[in-house]
Amino acid sequence: METFVETKVKTNTRNMQKRIIEIEDLKRSFVMGNEVVHALKGISFDIKEGEFVTIMGSSGSGKSTMLNILGCLDKPSAGDYGLDGMLTNEMSKNQLAKIRNHKIGFIFQSYNLLARTTALENVELPLMYNSSVSSTERKESAISALNKVGLQERMYHTPAQLSGGQQQRVAIARALVNNPVVILADEATGNLDTRTSYEIMALFQDLNRQGKTIVFVTHEPDIAEFSQRTIVLKDGKIIKDALNSNVKDASEMLSLLPKEDHETE
Amino acid sequence: MKLFNLLKIAWKAIILNKVRTFLTMLGIVIGVASVIAMLAIGEGSSQSIKSQIAKMGSNMITIRPGSEMRGGVRMDPGQMQTLTLKDFQNLKDNSTLLTYLTPMVEGSGQSINGTNNWPTSIYGVLPDYLAVKSWEVKTGSIFTEAEVKAAAKVVVLGQTVVDNLFSEGVDPIGKVIRFNNIPMKVIGVLTKKGENTFGQDQDNVIIAPYTTVQKRILAIDYLHSISASALSEEQAQDAVEEITSILRSSHQIGPNDEDDFNVFSMEELVSMFSSTNDILTILLVAIAGISLLVGGIGIMNIMYVSVKERTREIGLRMAVGGQGRDILTQFLIEAVMISISGGLLGVLLGLAASFFIENILSWPTVITSYSVVISFVVCAVTGIFFGWYPAKKAAALDPITALRYE
Repeated sequence: METFVETKVKTNTRNMQKRIIEIEDLKRSFVMGNEVVHALKGISFDIKEGEFVTIMGSSGSGKSTMLNILGCLDKPSAGDYGLDGMLTNEMSKNQLAKIRNHKIGFIFQSYNLLARTTALENVELPLMYNSSVSSTERKESAISALNKVGLQERMYHTPAQLSGGQQQRVAIARALVNNPVVILADEATGNLDTRTSYEIMALFQDLNRQGKTIVFVTHEPDIAEFSQRTIVLKDGKIIKDALNSNVKDASEMLSLLPKEDHETE
Repeated sequence: MKLFNLLKIAWKAIILNKVRTFLTMLGIVIGVASVIAMLAIGEGSSQSIKSQIAKMGSNMITIRPGSEMRGGVRMDPGQMQTLTLKDFQNLKDNSTLLTYLTPMVEGSGQSINGTNNWPTSIYGVLPDYLAVKSWEVKTGSIFTEAEVKAAAKVVVLGQTVVDNLFSEGVDPIGKVIRFNNIPMKVIGVLTKKGENTFGQDQDNVIIAPYTTVQKRILAIDYLHSISASALSEEQAQDAVEEITSILRSSHQIGPNDEDDFNVFSMEELVSMFSSTNDILTILLVAIAGISLLVGGIGIMNIMYVSVKERTREIGLRMAVGGQGRDILTQFLIEAVMISISGGLLGVLLGLAASFFIENILSWPTVITSYSVVISFVVCAVTGIFFGWYPAKKAAALDPITALRYE
């Protein structure tokens, strides 16, 4: 398997670029009562700067565990995880919190915005936990992040006043605000209709074109088609890690949809 | 910097949940307010009892004849004739701790003025009596030593007697009334004293020279009692002992024999009342303390529910870089803010309640600074303590579980 990944990586055209994520024989097991569940059984891959990778798999494949470890919310039982040149294995809870604050942008399926709090304040949240950012810098960064997702007009709206797609945009702005080395999205389009999903994917592609590294976890194959590379997990192992020969353009797909069609998935 | 951000976060959480915050605060507000109000009531009644006793003359000492065994029969002290003018003279000459001293004989009967009549008591005393009882003459004057010597038929009336014998607006000074059919000239009226602690009307009284009452009304030559004032309240007990030893020697009572007289000081009464009142105050404080505790538990409840309700939020805060201690600090700040502002509101409400009780219900209250400080500190401490536990729980949450929490 390792040799397979290595050959795949070597054929990568962006071979010379900086490695953001380096994973080596990663294992994670949980103790459930008397049983030991092996969620990840030795996983290795690298993600380079500027890549847009989707991780796919059915439920129970270990993709959520993978994402938790990538997001420094969980630690592997064995193996190495390097993020932006730092080995995270031996880090304390507080150090991991700092890593999350400085290097990672999270996007969730259910947006996880603070209720009754304006879009601007929601976007500012990660910087509230960074004492080196002044309140003016914080506000400026948040406004510029909201600009990037096209919500500068709705800065002072609360989540209740925003549509699902707009709420997810706020969440994306929040993930961008600390200028992370990688954006981790967990089923970020799972709660959205096709049109809005495509809009969000177009935004991701746009961000990727601007150089953002994105790891996108999904179980929908048509969403995976928007990324350059897809890693498929099954039973805690990688069964496929391949570049997409035919990357679809989300804005193009969007224009092909019938107008004002808000069908749900 | 970071603490300032956490303050901001906590403040936002508080104002975003106004109703929840208000309900949490309510427990503390009522707790603090009731401690202050109840202590104010306790302190107020204690001071009012003390001042009433002081009005009765707190350093007053009364000497009455004691019961005596005569051939195996214990005599009624009221019928004893062992206290005489000689004893009074003896005390006057030999005591060092007494300022005012007066013999006293008491009678009761019907006072009459024209068609009005009124049953009342007559006290036969010396002018010193006013000083002993802390009484004052409002109009007219007290009788003189000469009038005492002459057993003059002059009286000083209490307000109640004046009200019942004379129609309104009539100046009683110079008028002649009859007491048990003996005509007496009114020479003064006492300042109104009102009821004493026992509900007795202190103004239903007539004061006359003791000689007059002894000879003209009662026809006796002994005294019912002797009233005196100690130099000060503190010396009252020493004065009692001094009186006892003077009277024992003048009555020639052997070292193993019982006194044939009793000496009372107000001090016993004062201490009895204070201890009763202290028990009352402790009771009130205990009740108030329980309500404060309930307030604290209220804070814990709300904080606990708040932590549960905001589990996902906590997970998110951790996911975007909040550390356990940031979460702990945020929730602690919320608890501190709620309990301190609740405490301040409680102090205000407590002061307002005391004011209301004093002015509308006319129950005396005294607000002591210690009651305000203690209740505020206790409230802040309970609030913070009960806020700490849920905050600790929040901080210990695993971000993954917290994010998944439904």
